[in-house]
Amino acid sequence: MQKIGVFVCWCGSNIAATVDVAAVAEAVKSEPGVVYATDYQYMCSEGGQSRIRNAIKEYGLTGVVVCSCSPRMHEATFRKTAQAAGLNPYMVEIANIREHCSWIHKDKAEATEKAIILARTAIAKLNLNQPLIAGESRVVKRALVIGGGIAGIQSALDIADAGYEVDIVEKSPTIGGKMAQLDKTFPTLDCAACILTPKMVDAAAHEKIHLYTYSEVESVSGFVGNFTVNIRKKARSVNADLCTGCGDCTKKCPSRKAKDEFNMGLNNRGAIYIPFAQAIPNVPVIDREQCIKFRTGKCGLCEKTCSAKAIDFTQKDEIVEERYGAIVVATGFKPISLENFNEFAYAQSPDVVTSLEFERIMNAAGPTKGQLLRPSDNTHPHEIVFVQCVGSRDTSGCGKPYCSKICCMYTAKHAMLVREKYPDVNVHVFYIDVRTPGKNFDEFYRRAVEEYNVDYIKGMVGKVSPQGGKLRVQGSDLLADRQIVIDADMVVLATAIEPDPTAKGLATMLTASIDTNNFFTEAHPKLRPVESPTAGVFLSGVCQGPKDIPETVAQASAAASKVIGLLSKDKLLSNPCVAGSDEMLCNGCSACEKVCPYGAISYVEKEYRIAGKTQVRRVAQVNSAICQGCGACTVACPSGAMDLKGFSTKQIMAEVDAICR
Amino acid sequence: MQRIFGIISEKAKQLLSDGTCDRMIGWKRGEFFYDPTPAVFSGAGDLEDFVYDGFCGSNLSKYLIQQSAKEGKILALLKPCDTYSLNQLVKEHRVRRENVYVLGVECRGMLDIDKIRALGVKGIQSIEENGDQLTVHTLYGDKTIERSEVLLEKCRCCKSKEFATQDDLAVTGEPMPEAPADRFDMVKKLEAMTPDERFAFWRSELSKCIRCNACRNVCPACSCVKCVFDNDASGVASKANTDTFEENMFHIIRAFHVAGRCTDCGECSRVCPQHIPLHLLNRKFIKDINEFYGEYQAGADTESRGPLTDYTTDDVEPSVVMQRGGGK
Repeated sequence: MQKIGVFVCWCGSNIAATVDVAAVAEAVKSEPGVVYATDYQYMCSEGGQSRIRNAIKEYGLTGVVVCSCSPRMHEATFRKTAQAAGLNPYMVEIANIREHCSWIHKDKAEATEKAIILARTAIAKLNLNQPLIAGESRVVKRALVIGGGIAGIQSALDIADAGYEVDIVEKSPTIGGKMAQLDKTFPTLDCAACILTPKMVDAAAHEKIHLYTYSEVESVSGFVGNFTVNIRKKARSVNADLCTGCGDCTKKCPSRKAKDEFNMGLNNRGAIYIPFAQAIPNVPVIDREQCIKFRTGKCGLCEKTCSAKAIDFTQKDEIVEERYGAIVVATGFKPISLENFNEFAYAQSPDVVTSLEFERIMNAAGPTKGQLLRPSDNTHPHEIVFVQCVGSRDTSGCGKPYCSKICCMYTAKHAMLVREKYPDVNVHVFYIDVRTPGKNFDEFYRRAVEEYNVDYIKGMVGKVSPQGGKLRVQGSDLLADRQIVIDADMVVLATAIEPDPTAKGLATMLTASIDTNNFFTEAHPKLRPVESPTAGVFLSGVCQGPKDIPETVAQASAAASKVIGLLSKDKLLSNPCVAGSDEMLCNGCSACEKVCPYGAISYVEKEYRIAGKTQVRRVAQVNSAICQGCGACTVACPSGAMDLKGFSTKQIMAEVDAICR
Repeated sequence: MQRIFGIISEKAKQLLSDGTCDRMIGWKRGEFFYDPTPAVFSGAGDLEDFVYDGFCGSNLSKYLIQQSAKEGKILALLKPCDTYSLNQLVKEHRVRRENVYVLGVECRGMLDIDKIRALGVKGIQSIEENGDQLTVHTLYGDKTIERSEVLLEKCRCCKSKEFATQDDLAVTGEPMPEAPADRFDMVKKLEAMTPDERFAFWRSELSKCIRCNACRNVCPACSCVKCVFDNDASGVASKANTDTFEENMFHIIRAFHVAGRCTDCGECSRVCPQHIPLHLLNRKFIKDINEFYGEYQAGADTESRGPLTDYTTDDVEPSVVMQRGGGK
């Protein structure tokens, strides 16, 4: 029989205002095994913890139930407390009476009743707990960064500078990401290429950094400290070791039908191409869907042109297996598709562009060599309308419910740059709110209004209609309470951003969680903002939520520091809550092996003496060093042979029974 | 049926005498003409009681768990649908396929004596099978009935005339009849019911259960070394026994345990002495699995991963259950 102490926390007023904590402590005193119960204002404080330690000694407790916040918050804290008093740390159970109870109930009587049930449930489980001993696992001193934009580059540089090997996997042919496409950056207006490309060179030249460009993560297995990742190196059709990067092949390529992704489709590129002049690696890639050689078998001009003999049409995708101790997700974003926003005539008129397209138009290396020209007829525009919040803060379901955060600032930047270079152009900005928190951000916006006379109009555009070579923009001015019609030459849409489409599949591979908008979820929104809830997976940049470059770089370095902290350890304590198979019940059916995400289960043929006869049976065995205790096998096993230490079927059934009692 | 019986007997004799196989599992004459029983025959000289006719509905695959663990090779007579059960057992490492010689035997759909009686035919002495028609010899003279009207439930919705696995075939080459019914017809009706109606339907059916365990014992997917219901330590058995809900729990837990592995062989309903349509629980699972993860037939092969023990990025999100009306 266990001797259980129950400790009910007030959490200040967080719990105590909604739950009668004294009543909970009183009610559980009659539960089986309970020898002591009390309540206290802050159980996690030194005062609370010392109460637990003293009670363990005084009453000879064999187990402790703490009724408090989520185990995610303080289970580790109370395990340490119990351990300090000589108790096995796995003899501690948490009843979550805050997130699961006080925070979601208003009625005190109801909440108290529920808190008692939750406490009773934890006691029922604890009665069946057994002391568990944690093992150790080694840490692979190498990190993987997924995504080679500014976030990934910064994380990789910081980790590498600390002396650890880093691999960057980037799905496109070059690193650089979205920042490489930008013209100038707010609030200082320095050119994106001037500050980004040196970092790209640093990453490529760093002896500890290895780049996998034009590559994708194929599968991930393992766990914190020891992930095994398969990386698919897509066939470039160019031998990177031989290629000198001269670019002759890209000039000779007769195929000109493919949209240039780097210039947002505003011009065309060849089938063999280098995304942009400063691309890293400076090695072209053949777009096999566009290449005439791949489509018809004839051509091969690039091969004839290449003096280095680097063109290789036979190249195949290659799978590389690597092991890592930590993984940084830096998969970034893309602007949303505008198919739900027909009112802006984006599909009808080439003169309606997204802000990222506008970046390319303004960029010296862009399709117009930095000249501000209308895409439809290459003439100089005189009237430009910017529309903010296109798809952001949208509760209609057509766009995204969140604020994309960067649009206010880059629209102010665009408006200012246009007025600076072309004072003859009138610039109007339709906005819902202008949100410019951030160092020197509001000053920047005010400069656009006050010094550059940008016409900011509070209100939304209802319709854009192409009429006689112009774009008739109909909107409302909410402050003047009137309708406005502007005959514009160009309309620029501050399009909402969303996580890169690869994020969702990747989250599944990493067993990392994502929110309803497919942004990666952090372990704690305030206290652990760069860690995923999945141990060993860290978040960098916009994959976690909209952010600008300064924030992205800050978060990238923060994620790197967490990775360095992890990689600096030689060993990690492993989780003792692992699965085990009762061989006498095992059918050897392989159901558990199939569902095990970690590959921890194997089979052996064993001889048994059963009822006087020798039988050879195929039975499952769990490698406890690999098992992460997810429990998938225990529910897949039809005969109930698989069980999980610390969360045994019996314990869980006891919990269910306690709830239903 | 006489013709196919001749072909099978011929092949069996040869395989047992030329050393290919050591024993045979088939059907032997029962007490009445309509109840042939699964039996192991020790050799070519032991085939006196062997029968194969329209009442050999029983699926012999599950017996191969024990039989294939023994020395020597066993000749197994399997109808097309039985081969799926065998494959599934091979996939789960329960049958040693190398110890089994599968003779695939042709099947025109097996007969349900209760359905024949339900037509009002009395004093049945014997039944003669002539293709799609049956001549019933009764105390009061002969009667002719359509075979398709008196098929076992599993044969009304025959899933395949193809053999999922075989080492040799015993077939006449005659054209085989089409299955007269769709196996999801009744499931669709159940799905269209309100929850209260559905609950009433299942309460009424499952309360007939006498817990004889026939369904479990015959089921090829229920092949655990030790069933959870027989395992005192599991705590499930005692729970299932505590109140009138016991039958529900037993059958629902069983349906969950075989989900994704059930080949829809229909043996559970065939053997139920209380005529509970147990196969409907399994078919509901099969229909859901097909809709969620794409068409899947358990036992179609021995390698593929079942949809419930596999993960692909195309898998449905849990929310689809609500969208489909799971919350209604």
